[in-house]
Amino acid sequence: MTIDWIHFTPWASLAGGLVIGLATALYLFGNGRIAGIAGILASPLRAVLAGTSLRPDANRLLFLLGLLLAPWAWRLVAPLPAASVDVGTAGLVVAGLLVGVGVRMGNGCTSGHGVCGLSRFSLRSLVNVMAFMGAGFATVFVLRHLL
Amino acid sequence: MGHAFGFLSGLVFGIGLILAGMTDPMKVKAFLDLAGAWDPSLALVMGGAIALGVVVFARARRRRLSWSGAPMEIPGNTTIDERLLVGGLLFGAGWGIGGFCPGPALVALGSGMGAAGIFVLAMLVGMLVHDKLLVRP
Repeated sequence: MTIDWIHFTPWASLAGGLVIGLATALYLFGNGRIAGIAGILASPLRAVLAGTSLRPDANRLLFLLGLLLAPWAWRLVAPLPAASVDVGTAGLVVAGLLVGVGVRMGNGCTSGHGVCGLSRFSLRSLVNVMAFMGAGFATVFVLRHLL
Repeated sequence: MGHAFGFLSGLVFGIGLILAGMTDPMKVKAFLDLAGAWDPSLALVMGGAIALGVVVFARARRRRLSWSGAPMEIPGNTTIDERLLVGGLLFGAGWGIGGFCPGPALVALGSGMGAAGIFVLAMLVGMLVHDKLLVRP
């Protein structure tokens, strides 16, 4: 294992993690619910599909709006950091489908199981986190070093 | 009141993701590439969020109502089954291919990144496919 010291951003990433923790606290104390993004996205999606009212999902939709507007708030102060992908459209579609099915089946993602679940010492969340971290490591290994 | 918390926490969450570097799929993949030039930054994102989260959840457990008056709903599900495991494996495989997980993908979409738009669209389809075809427990 070689560590990429050039791209390693310990302080920004630690600070970013603390800000994410702060947002989780705000949602939990403010609304009484955990900030799990897969769930926050799935709930209004189900309502649209079932044709039921979106009113109970107002908080979730506003949370999603906040996520979408975050880069605009950032741009008021500083340019956004660079972002890029190394897969084409087909890769993005496969990735999206897998993530969509996976987070619904496992009932959570990096935020719900990762941050919130581990923060409350949930064994259930730990199992899910080990599964998605393990699969993430394995997938990148296969794509970058075996194929 | 609750609506303000919803919007504000989404905004702050997104800013945290940008600051952390998670909205760049290449940085995420550099973290997942243990055998390459490994960038451990994302471990610190989780570390920072959980360090604060542990204190937050311990305090939240002592409350019955949230600031907006809605009841505290901290999950109590402890079921460990194959859906939890297989779901995690599928999610991780998709995360490894694209470098996007749901939150950062939405933030990247908001910034106007076309690749994030394709990913999010496919992710929503994946969620629908699951909910329509693969029955929830």
